[in-house]
Amino acid sequence: MRLTQGAFSFLPDLTDEEIRAQVDYGLEHGWAWAIEYTDDPHPRNTYWEMWGTPMFELRDGAGVLYALNECRKACGNGYIRVCAFDSTRGVESIRMSFIVHRPDNEPGFSLDRQEGEGRNVRYRLHGYAADRSPDERYRADP
Amino acid sequence: MSADSTLLAGRESSAPADGTIDLQALLRESDVQSVLDQLDRELIGLAPVKRRLREIAAFLLVSRARKQFGLEVSPPSLHMCFSGNPGTGKTTVATRMADILHRLGYVRKGHLVSVTRDDLVGQYIGHTAPKTKEILKRAMGGVLFIDEAYYLYRPENERDYGQEAIEILLQAMENHRDDLVVILAGYKDRMETFFRANAGMASRIAHHIEFPDYSEDELMQIAQLMLAQMNYRLDASGEQAMREYIGRRVRRPNFANARSIRNALDRARLRQANRLFASPQAVDQAALSTLTAADLHASRVFQELDAVSQGETT
Repeated sequence: MRLTQGAFSFLPDLTDEEIRAQVDYGLEHGWAWAIEYTDDPHPRNTYWEMWGTPMFELRDGAGVLYALNECRKACGNGYIRVCAFDSTRGVESIRMSFIVHRPDNEPGFSLDRQEGEGRNVRYRLHGYAADRSPDERYRADP
Repeated sequence: MSADSTLLAGRESSAPADGTIDLQALLRESDVQSVLDQLDRELIGLAPVKRRLREIAAFLLVSRARKQFGLEVSPPSLHMCFSGNPGTGKTTVATRMADILHRLGYVRKGHLVSVTRDDLVGQYIGHTAPKTKEILKRAMGGVLFIDEAYYLYRPENERDYGQEAIEILLQAMENHRDDLVVILAGYKDRMETFFRANAGMASRIAHHIEFPDYSEDELMQIAQLMLAQMNYRLDASGEQAMREYIGRRVRRPNFANARSIRNALDRARLRQANRLFASPQAVDQAALSTLTAADLHASRVFQELDAVSQGETT
């Protein structure tokens, strides 16, 4: 099941050229880009691991792509997204974020129901990948 | 990157119908001539440097024309080395270089990131790579200027982290040729030692540009240009004194070409202010902007002719 989080996630995967164009757009607005990765893309998992520090003072998207390719090499078996931080007073938050890399095999999520007191039903969203060890999470099924 | 090249090819592979390209029109279009003219106007001397810059500009224009016919496959390598004595204008030219390369479409943004060893090399294991990479990321789309690059390599300490920075730089210079232009600068003899010890670096740098020392006449012109920019001028006696000063300063140790001239002028301005302050009459605009022989003659260069061991002093 295809993970849809952040901008552009219902579009086909962006090519490197398209990623760079988006990054350039952010840089023109003075946003600082950061790269984050995770092997557990649960919708409530807001804080992904940071790949290096956020990149301030960049002028060209090639710098972000350079770091992204290094991240892909190291954590290619998981999800990678880029986030643009807008430091404008009053915003001071992530302005734009999109997934730039996803594993070949995306197992998706299960919805578990749990019966509680008084026929109450609790729902739990649970990633299939999280059941496996981190090394095997996104390996294609045999 | 493959998508990049196809995109570019799609845009530029429109070979003209009549099968010719007007190089002069390309030149006008790129607006590079105005930068070159500005360079001629604002930089005194440096004939070999200017010639080389024109060659590079012409080369890039031709390579762009070749691209339109589909002849050019890979972009030319433009990493450079500027070598010359202190104060010969290496940094100034590097800034212009970024502008020229931008107008010729070789770099996308045309900014200059100027660094030294401190910015690239870390202090402990694992510190150097992130530091160097951060600088590389910031410089992408523009020009990375490494001043006194030979400090990166310290042969006396085999565990020096400079070597790691050099390796990362080399890799980026090779793999990101279309994102980044690296300019190394430094004194000539030490750069040569550096290249002898780092053959990989030497082979990846296509353009070695030497900055000659200025002649005394050129230094005089530089002095006048600097003064004009600061809205000062020399009177007749001051001009004479300046010539004399240059003649003596050139032969003293630690002479740093244009930088020495700038320092001398700064000190002369100081003395002029002092002189005006001490004089009882009111001053007018002419007096405020005129440096006289007295301001220059107070320099120690005139007083201690035998002080060979003196460095850059008053």
